[in-house]
Amino acid sequence: MTQFSFQQHFDDKIDRDETIEPKDWMPDDYRKTLIRQISQHAHSEIVGMLPEGNWISRAPTLRRKAVLLAKVQDEAGHGLYLYSAAETLGISRDEMYDQLHSGKAKYSSIFNYPTLTWADMGAVGWLVDGAAIMNQVPLCRTSYGPYARAMVRVCKEESFHQRQGFEIMLNLSKGSEIQRKMAQDAFNRWWWPSLMMFGPPDAESPNTENSVRWRIKRLTNDELRQKFVDVTVEQAKILGLTIPDKDLKWNEERGHFDFGAIDWAEFKNVVKGNGPCNKQRLETRKKAWEEGQWVRDAATAHASKRKSRKENEAKAA
Amino acid sequence: MSDNKTTNKSEWPLWEVFIRSKAGLDHKHAGSLHAADFEMAIENARDVYTRRMEGVSIWVVESNNIHASDPGQSESMYDPASDKIYRHPTFYNLPDEVKYM
Repeated sequence: MTQFSFQQHFDDKIDRDETIEPKDWMPDDYRKTLIRQISQHAHSEIVGMLPEGNWISRAPTLRRKAVLLAKVQDEAGHGLYLYSAAETLGISRDEMYDQLHSGKAKYSSIFNYPTLTWADMGAVGWLVDGAAIMNQVPLCRTSYGPYARAMVRVCKEESFHQRQGFEIMLNLSKGSEIQRKMAQDAFNRWWWPSLMMFGPPDAESPNTENSVRWRIKRLTNDELRQKFVDVTVEQAKILGLTIPDKDLKWNEERGHFDFGAIDWAEFKNVVKGNGPCNKQRLETRKKAWEEGQWVRDAATAHASKRKSRKENEAKAA
Repeated sequence: MSDNKTTNKSEWPLWEVFIRSKAGLDHKHAGSLHAADFEMAIENARDVYTRRMEGVSIWVVESNNIHASDPGQSESMYDPASDKIYRHPTFYNLPDEVKYM
């Protein structure tokens, strides 16, 4: 096959909505885009454990503690599914870790905000996981097979994450005046960063066009953001919380909620590394990796010792 | 791709994980993970792939021991089967009176 026919074959498969598998021919840009997106997604799961890990020892009840532990463990698992999917594209795990630790690779900038009170565990589960699910559900049908299969698993597990968060908010909103205020305060702080999670507006999103053409993305940033606003506004009503946006209004004509301007300067600033917790998150992550080095080395040494002992025994026999 | 200092220096080998979801069913590919040896691979597979009772049995195979067919050869590999529809029971027209066949 010529380069042209490889490309044609790939395009035809995409058009027929067939999946691309690791050993199939794919354009370099498709591979690069996927490596960037999947590894970024994996890094987000791993760094995403940190703001919550902060609250495991301070959860108000044993039930909440068990739930939070299970959620954080899921996130570790989701990171691992995604790293494996990215590895099928020819990048090594260590290389991805290096990119994260050196700051070359990004993770979702939502995790650069602090979790100040217990209500933040509610808001993170409800809003951040809610936005993540909104992003991830269409990715279950993304064109790259290993990514799609990882996302099916992630989505299946993640719905409890959002529900437990909403439950925390529900309890607080039905609680004392102080608890209700705490819930509103967390909502105020997480609302806008959650909207930013869908990425820059379509007009300024350099990767959207190709990603949609290749069916890596099935919906654009703005479409997903609108969907999120529409469902979340209704959920906030159940909690009796006020959306911190004075421009929020139902638009009869569009059949959607209109919402105020997002502060993209803030978003860019956090992505650049100047958010409230960027430094802390990366340092915690690097420390965990470095301090685990002796464990990895010991396991490798143990495995190779055992292997050679077995070989010697076989020889002697 | 390998110009940085830590790449593959101490990376554990990659394993493919196969899980039997319940007795009587086949083991099915679930995903992959890194581990120093097969025992660690099975323990990690338990934590990564069976947190919600997804399995009753786990197989792990080091990924470099898996050999796969070449997708570039798909036509010569699989197409010859497509013109042999007489291998399927529906190819044969039998009278309606024939029962249990």
